[in-house]
Amino acid sequence: MAHTVTRLTRFNMTSLALGLAFLYLPIVILVIYSFNASRLVTVWGGWSLRWYHEFFNDRAMLDAAWMSLSVGAVSATLATLLGTLAAVALARGERFRGRALFSGMLYSPLVMPEVISGLSLLLLFVALNAERGFWTVTIAHTTLTMCFVTVVVQSRLSALDRSLEEAAMDLGCDPVRAFLMVTLPLIVPAIVAGWMLAFTLSLDDVVIASFTTGPGSATLPIRIYSEVRLGVKPEINAICTLVIALIAVIIVVASFASKLSSARGESAAPL
Amino acid sequence: MPLLRIEGVAKSFGNFRAVDQLSLDIRAGEFFALLGPSGCGKTTLLRMLAGFETPDEGRILLGGNDIAQVLPHERPVNMMFQNYALFPHLSVRDNIAFGLKRAGMARKDIATRVAEMVALVKLEGLEKRKPDQLSGGQRQRVALARSLARRPQVLLLDEPLAALDKKLRESTQGELMELQRRLGMTFIIVTHDQEEAMTMAGRIGVMDVGRLVQVATPRNLYEAPASRWIAEFVGDINLFNGQVAGRDHGRLTVATSEAGTLAVSELWPPVTKDVVSVAIRPEKVKLSRRAPALGEGGSQAINRLEGVVADVNYLGGVTSYRVKLETGAVVRASMANTARLDVDAYLAGQRVVAWFTADDCLVLEQ
Repeated sequence: MAHTVTRLTRFNMTSLALGLAFLYLPIVILVIYSFNASRLVTVWGGWSLRWYHEFFNDRAMLDAAWMSLSVGAVSATLATLLGTLAAVALARGERFRGRALFSGMLYSPLVMPEVISGLSLLLLFVALNAERGFWTVTIAHTTLTMCFVTVVVQSRLSALDRSLEEAAMDLGCDPVRAFLMVTLPLIVPAIVAGWMLAFTLSLDDVVIASFTTGPGSATLPIRIYSEVRLGVKPEINAICTLVIALIAVIIVVASFASKLSSARGESAAPL
Repeated sequence: MPLLRIEGVAKSFGNFRAVDQLSLDIRAGEFFALLGPSGCGKTTLLRMLAGFETPDEGRILLGGNDIAQVLPHERPVNMMFQNYALFPHLSVRDNIAFGLKRAGMARKDIATRVAEMVALVKLEGLEKRKPDQLSGGQRQRVALARSLARRPQVLLLDEPLAALDKKLRESTQGELMELQRRLGMTFIIVTHDQEEAMTMAGRIGVMDVGRLVQVATPRNLYEAPASRWIAEFVGDINLFNGQVAGRDHGRLTVATSEAGTLAVSELWPPVTKDVVSVAIRPEKVKLSRRAPALGEGGSQAINRLEGVVADVNYLGGVTSYRVKLETGAVVRASMANTARLDVDAYLAGQRVVAWFTADDCLVLEQ
């Protein structure tokens, strides 16, 4: 087989290394220091799993982590449900009045500064006299992440051939069955990718969560943020390393789902 | 009573009238082609028969029942889509079985029917493949098997061969005809390819701007087109505009500015207008080095046009010539290459006589 890929020149190699270092060096340092035996963050004291041990005995931190994971899972599920329905309505529905306005409004959280979303949600919850805690953060995260799910699912839907649904109807399916038996199996990878995206977005949000959470229900990022203000404990490094690992796994799974989606159809969900 | 009767059907999209007051009868067991240029409404008509569009006006009677408002999944009609629309997540077997499962057929019967269909379209051994593991021709067969599996009363085919290459298209045309004869099913095919329509269909309906302009057998469509537009749309034709100068025992004399006075046999119905076009198909124009003797056209009147060969296109089976007349008009003639050595060929620049009989001409109102 001929060499179709040109080999990296020395210059390209250097710029690639520098670019990757810029992106990943801080993370690598954080990961390495999470295994530091020393109490001082910046002094290397040999390898140890001490801070991981510490984290798993830190009740408050574990509660925050659990809070984050459950907010992430519930809000991602709600966002996926609503976002998929919105995507179906936008991609498949009849051209209803105000469709352009509706789709524009749906995407506004993509560009809206988080501080504004957070503040407006806070005002809403105060006005409704809702007790702030798990559900307020979950609802806030659902509104934040739903549009991302919609973008992913809608692009997959619009790449799907409409005649597939027509063929299903021609072969005896009513429109709902045609959607469930033909369209849904084909967009499942995009839906999974959308869920993962929503979950990771929820997991690392600080701004909106800090506006909408209440006492005693801090998410992990909020907890970390407030701990760091009092001084960085090596335990934080360990927690962050675990979060990085979790997110890495999710991203790998999501990109596999998206690959699968492109193998099945003409175009993949952008991710 | 025909199997399918389309009665005054109309459909508009916004201000665009896609199908305009169209009526058509299709008999059981017929292979019918809807032919027309793109945008003529033929696909819209087919989609109304399948139920994907509902007519604004008119009735569609299938076996006497009006199905115009019946939903697609409740019609005893199936469609083969232009891009096949195979379900990418299902195997060949599951694609074919899809409609049978929906019909609530017993498991055992489904297996039998699928096997029968697979054999019918010669896809044995490929049952477990997914559509993306098949060639274009194989996909086309799966689509055909899937649409035939439910044994519809009418099978609608939307440009079924457009995605195949020429050789495969020709062999598939033959197979489709053979299949239609064997199953005795009614096929309605939509195509923009006149050769395809002429090869396969028993009758052809030509559509233009949402209307059916002629329904005829392939032969009548070609030899007796109902209008100048159809004559030009179906096949190649030479047209000379002129005025009727005389009428005598079913023979018209037409004075044309481009080709002088031409003698034309008049067909039924008689021409009512004075301003007409004389039309002659290129293969009915003969070329010779000198004027043909009187006996050569039988007892018929012969039209002789003198000119110079402008160019020669050798196409294998036929050679087509463009002969420039003294008036500047061009007459196209095509001659079958019946001998391997071209003793009869004419060269560009050569003086020739292009001639044709009065019976071979058509008179078309402008």
